[in-house]
Amino acid sequence: MNTATAARVPFEPWKDPQAKPYIRIVNVTKTFGDFVAVDNLSIDIYQREFFSLLGPSGCGKTTLLRMLAGFERPTSGRIELDGVDMSTVPPYERPVNMMFQSYALFPHMTVEENIAFGLRQDRVPKDERNARVEEMLGLVQLSKFAKRKPHQLSGGQRQRVALARSLVKKPKMLLLDEPLGALDKKLREQTQFELMNIQEQVGITFVIVTHDQEEAMTVSSRIAVMNHGRIAQVATPTEIYEFPNSRYVAEFIGDVNVFEGRLSEAAADHVRIAPVGGGGEIYVDRGTSAAQGATVWAAIRPEKIDVALTPPTDPSVNCIEGTVWDIGYLGNLTIYHVRLADGRKMTAAVANRTRLREQPITWDDTVYLTWAPDSAVVLVS
Amino acid sequence: MSAGDDYDDRPSAVLVSGDQGGFAEWLHVRLVRARLGWAAPFVLWLVGRFSGKGMVIAIPYTFLFVFFLVPFLIVLKISFSETALAIPPYTDLVEILDDGFDYYLTFKLNLINYWTVLSEDTYVRAYLNSAKIAAISTALCLLIGFPMAYAMARASESIRPMLLMLVILPFWTSFLIRVYAWIVILKTEGGLLNTMLIALGIIPPDEPLRILSTEWAMYIGIVYSYLPFMVLPLYANLEKMDLSLLEAAADLGCRPTKAFWSITVPLAMPGVIAGCFLVFIPAVGEYVIPELMVGDNVRVIGRKLFTDFASERNWPLASAVSVILLAILVVPIVLFQRQQARLQEAGQ
Ligand SMILES: Nc1ncnc2c1ncn2[C@@H]1O[C@H](COP(=O)(O)OP(=O)(O)O)[C@@H](O)[C@H]1O
Ligand SMILES: [Mg+2]
Repeated sequence: MNTATAARVPFEPWKDPQAKPYIRIVNVTKTFGDFVAVDNLSIDIYQREFFSLLGPSGCGKTTLLRMLAGFERPTSGRIELDGVDMSTVPPYERPVNMMFQSYALFPHMTVEENIAFGLRQDRVPKDERNARVEEMLGLVQLSKFAKRKPHQLSGGQRQRVALARSLVKKPKMLLLDEPLGALDKKLREQTQFELMNIQEQVGITFVIVTHDQEEAMTVSSRIAVMNHGRIAQVATPTEIYEFPNSRYVAEFIGDVNVFEGRLSEAAADHVRIAPVGGGGEIYVDRGTSAAQGATVWAAIRPEKIDVALTPPTDPSVNCIEGTVWDIGYLGNLTIYHVRLADGRKMTAAVANRTRLREQPITWDDTVYLTWAPDSAVVLVS
Repeated sequence: MSAGDDYDDRPSAVLVSGDQGGFAEWLHVRLVRARLGWAAPFVLWLVGRFSGKGMVIAIPYTFLFVFFLVPFLIVLKISFSETALAIPPYTDLVEILDDGFDYYLTFKLNLINYWTVLSEDTYVRAYLNSAKIAAISTALCLLIGFPMAYAMARASESIRPMLLMLVILPFWTSFLIRVYAWIVILKTEGGLLNTMLIALGIIPPDEPLRILSTEWAMYIGIVYSYLPFMVLPLYANLEKMDLSLLEAAADLGCRPTKAFWSITVPLAMPGVIAGCFLVFIPAVGEYVIPELMVGDNVRVIGRKLFTDFASERNWPLASAVSVILLAILVVPIVLFQRQQARLQEAGQ
């Protein structure tokens, strides 16, 4: 990674109205018989982005990726790459490469031959071919394993061969289908950073599929959260986490407490919500699109909630009383599961900043959960 | 074990009998308690080898020994004997002679049969001809079998079991009946094929195709009979191929036809080799099909062996012919075994 040399310009081409999208997915639908796998989906992806498709299993991520690679034809809609319509271009003529979920390494070829395969198809002269293969082997730190066959490699090494093989042709876009799915947790986390470094070095646009939200949060410039073949939200990891646009996104990314309520006051710079179950009102210092009186949901992340044994000065706003039902000590955090008067449960995560609390909270204690006006997010769906 | 314990590592045995004397006790089982010492690993190995798992392995080995090795040794023995007007029609290797004064034990190893087989032109040609026929048949089986197996393996999953069934189905009918059926089909006069072609007006009625009794008929018979042995291993191989490899090839810029040659075919090689051996090895010794489809004027080693054995009643010569045939076939069989072992190692 480049260190504190130049002042970093934030990489946010999607905010620039002048920027031209590099990949345009326009109203793409894919059906298998009656089943709609991808439903009228549109996304713009910009050059050099590390773009994640995130969603539960079966939501159509792989199908979308396979349409980008050319293995599936969209039932309707258009896919443009660098201004060229790709709809009728077969996979072997697309300037796009894919890293397969199963890696799909050729078992009868050595690591070197696997990586050189793509260059051979383009009849790259031998000297250049060897040089580029060597460069790739260096990039993924596999120079010592050039003569091995795939079955003589570990899972992590195979994954890196697959990456090298798909990068060596310098595609306009690299597609990665759950690239780290087969690795164990430790190796995964390490590889995520390697992947980001490599992407920065080669400057290729990456589109990655994952069902692991932490992975998506770590590596992505932007995330598209998918649900049943549709886009639920496209935004940066921070926006997705802090400002989810729906209960689906809020609940899919991390833990969240959601309260249903009625919008009792809707001003431009703040709103007040009366929770359905009664109790203190929720005050949020941001406006919302919903009209006064509408049913909305307030989402509050556990780590933004404070737990205290004594009530705050004004317990009528942003405060809920409950009893401690369960405590999970995670070392860095303590998770409190609190049961409210109406039986609902809330979760609060408190950082353990000191070794021991002066007044420990234990089971069945009556506690007051409070949060700041900027902590809750108002969701209209 | 304490430091002062003087541990003796040598194996030893003590007899442990009943403590109280008495006849009844004496009759009782004597237990031998043996300290295994350094011999322990060896004894454990022996016990492990001949119990449980060892026994399970012993069953097929016993079967192979009784039904393959023993008959082969008998044939080998006969091949070193001489013909005799006796039942069975050969001499013994070991004879006890009595010249009136003394007894002599003689052991005769007669190599003339081998010499005959290896030096006489007819035998050498028959071997070569058999090998040639087997090789051509194998090539034809591969040529026809590969597309068949490929089509089967790429057919939709629901009809694959049915296609497989169709390949195996002929085995339900006797092999001989199927060969006779081909005779009925290929006959020059009133054969099914000729009747049909004449009826369709493709060939004139007075010029029927002469296929039966030619080498063509023999190849048709052999290829037909051995095709399943080519198709089945090929199908098994092609069916388990990971199709995402072809997508990966396409993704890297490889056209489908090229991907077939650079990915599918190399990966199918184990199946190709297995199929070729399974056809070639039995085809070399094939006797029935040449005999029925062509008749007298085909020189294959199987036929030669049969006439030596049945018509000439020269069992020793026939035995030598078959021992040499086996010796020739051992080369491809060993190669086949090696290849199978390599595959197992590669974990495919
Ligand atoms: N070739 C196909 N034929 C029929 N259904 C398919 C096919 N490919 C995918 N599907 C269906 O489309 C849905 C989305 O699949 P996929 O894109 O693989 O999901 P994901 O990668 O998000 O887990 C799944 O329900 C799957 O069963
Ligand atoms: Mg998938």
